[in-house]
Amino acid sequence: MMGFRLAITVLLLWALMALFGPLLPLSPNQIELSQILTPPSSSELLGYDDLGRPLLDRLVAGARISFMVAFGVVLVAGSFGITIGLLAGYFGGLFDLITMRIIDIFLAFPGILLAIALAGVMGPGIDNLVIALSLVGWVGYARLARSQVLSLKQRDHVTAAIALGTSELTIVSRHLLPLIAAPLIIEATFGIAGMVIAEAGLSFLGLGVQPPEASWGSMIRDGARYMLVAPHMVMVPGLAIMLVVFSLNLLGDRLRDRLDIRSRHIS
Amino acid sequence: MVPGDPVEVMLGESARPADREALRMALGLDQPILSQLWSYLKGLLHFDLGYSLHSKQPIADLLLQRLPATLELTGAALLIAVVIALPLGVMAALYKGKAQDDAAMLFSLVGISIPNFWLGPMLILLFSLGLGWAPVSGRDAPGALILPAITLGTALAAILARMIRSTLLEVLHEDYIRTAQAKGLSRHAVIWRHALGNAWLPIITLLGLQLGALLGGAVITETIFDWPGLGSLLVESIQKRDYPVVQGCVLLISIAYVVVNTLTDLIYGWVDPRIRLGKI
Repeated sequence: MMGFRLAITVLLLWALMALFGPLLPLSPNQIELSQILTPPSSSELLGYDDLGRPLLDRLVAGARISFMVAFGVVLVAGSFGITIGLLAGYFGGLFDLITMRIIDIFLAFPGILLAIALAGVMGPGIDNLVIALSLVGWVGYARLARSQVLSLKQRDHVTAAIALGTSELTIVSRHLLPLIAAPLIIEATFGIAGMVIAEAGLSFLGLGVQPPEASWGSMIRDGARYMLVAPHMVMVPGLAIMLVVFSLNLLGDRLRDRLDIRSRHIS
Repeated sequence: MVPGDPVEVMLGESARPADREALRMALGLDQPILSQLWSYLKGLLHFDLGYSLHSKQPIADLLLQRLPATLELTGAALLIAVVIALPLGVMAALYKGKAQDDAAMLFSLVGISIPNFWLGPMLILLFSLGLGWAPVSGRDAPGALILPAITLGTALAAILARMIRSTLLEVLHEDYIRTAQAKGLSRHAVIWRHALGNAWLPIITLLGLQLGALLGGAVITETIFDWPGLGSLLVESIQKRDYPVVQGCVLLISIAYVVVNTLTDLIYGWVDPRIRLGKI
């Protein structure tokens, strides 16, 4: 239970930093030459990086990037994937066939590899990062939504709705979507965790935000060169990523235990 | 269409327009995009992936040079993942709800949450710079494989340990396990031979599916450790805007992924006699 409280605290802090960070008097790109590589202390907080920029300020700025990218991608990829999956599962036929073949093509590539290549070809930058990750990410939601709908559309309440002459749009959105919401929410929670790592990973490779903008991933890359003299440069953003992803995974596990009936008898 | 003109990268910004045009024509970049695609696909049929814009070497040669290092790294990571996950998952299942289970599941959750681009530098800091046990980077020094393999294998070990635990928990309640216990088999034999015998199928499925994540992770791991594999070639080529090489890397890694997943399907029948082909 304590772990769960910690997770919620971390996630709230992350959201607060992301949403209200720009309102704070922070200067993530301000260079203080006298403070270069200063380690964390009670007066210097989290310390300074190789250019003399305050790590705390950069951490808050990076929180915004990771939050926006993670939620942005899951929102775009999730809503697109779920819509496609719902329609393919419900209507079947040619549309389903074509959708499944397209999904098969996407699944032939390891996801993160495709995202790296796409981001690389489209050029660095946050917009392209979101596009690349969304292009790769919708497939999972589409598959999940489709498989759930396939098993649910034979239910009596759907047959009853059809018999009553309910429009197909209403059946899909009002009678099917709420039933598959639980597994989709669980998938999205783990999806956000995955996207935090993906954004940081791509930024680590230099494919995300561009300097001097701060991202947790690019902060690790900058710090890797100074590991011997200033390990805090790698520690600070790394711990932040780990705490956020850990909390999201813990939350996902909890949600699965509560919402997903099938896993209840196992754990 | 694509930002970053390879011709500009090759000749520099000060090149004369006439030279640029000449190079563009020599590279075939003045052709319509569809005819460029067609000639690329024709080349693929006889393993001609074109030439690197940067080093002018045939791309197939470049890929073959780098392939062994990536195979070595992913193979070692896979091995490490199984070696860590098997005892951990079994322990967690046997001591379900007890401290051992909690510890194993905590490790697993941390392992899933730790990004490899952070774990790698941390391992370097501790074992290379701090204790001096392993080289910082490269592939030549003895023991160079260990840190990259741990970096790449940890997340997979964590996922695998969880799955082994839940599979075992399902199987342990089945009648044949009770029968095995009743006829006096040792606990060891019941777990490793009878219970795990049924767990191999989901394990192999998971390993096949996770290979994609492993190959993607290899890109980052190879970059951290300067490991001369396909992943670092991919990142170098992206930075140099050497698009034909990027294409070649993605193609080869994806083919490897598809081939391995096909192999996993074939292994099913060998591991589990119940789904052997021809008996349906």
